[in-house]
Amino acid sequence: MNYVSSFFVGGLFCVVGQILIERTRLTPARILVGYVVVGVFLSAVGAYEPLLKFGHSGASVPLTGFGHLLAEGVRKGIAEKGFLGILTGGLTSTAAGITAAIVFSLLASLIFKPKMK
Amino acid sequence: MRSEDYQQLVWKHTPKKPLWKGCLGAFLIGGTICLLGEVFQEIYLALGLEETVASAMESVTLVFCSILLTGFGVYDNLSRVAGAGTLVPITGFANAMSSPVMEFRVEGMVLGIGPKIFSVAGSVIAYGVAASTLYGLIY
Repeated sequence: MNYVSSFFVGGLFCVVGQILIERTRLTPARILVGYVVVGVFLSAVGAYEPLLKFGHSGASVPLTGFGHLLAEGVRKGIAEKGFLGILTGGLTSTAAGITAAIVFSLLASLIFKPKMK
Repeated sequence: MRSEDYQQLVWKHTPKKPLWKGCLGAFLIGGTICLLGEVFQEIYLALGLEETVASAMESVTLVFCSILLTGFGVYDNLSRVAGAGTLVPITGFANAMSSPVMEFRVEGMVLGIGPKIFSVAGSVIAYGVAASTLYGLIY
């Protein structure tokens, strides 16, 4: 059941992105930025937690999930460190994904040759 | 004619593909990526990892797969069919980091690879962090 809802919810997030690409002039980069900011907002108003419960990875894998993780990190940071947590929480909770992307990208740039487009 | 006006004109006259076609590709491939993520998550949970750790490992695994596929040139081909299906998931974020890095390798390690790694991701991280900090201030 988790697999079905992951597929369905994740697919819908992507369909919204596709409609934005084809029917507005938003560039892919702007859509990514928009998704993260919307994720922070949805998490802030408490809408993301129920979405995760229903959609599992379908809600956590799209970039809105990254925004939710930032907001959740800030909440956790404030609970643990007070004011300082506002500054440390977001990047702490997202550190694994960001660091993995940086390190793997650097490794890839050494291993792979650029592709002709 | 200002470049903005020009872009508007180009956009207006670009033939529109049928919307359902792009949406179907985005839905199927984006959904599959999330489904794969859930499979990784279940595997890590079965290995006895805590839920938050399993989620983080799920992201790391997806990022790894995405960058590997980007390296082989598969991910960028896939994105031609999938559109937002390969953009919106975290794999798209990883692709946005690794793809320009490979392309700009010739410009050197420090001035090519270093800045290009954040050409799109930097914006995502900057505005994401700014939004979450703002949220923290009013929380």
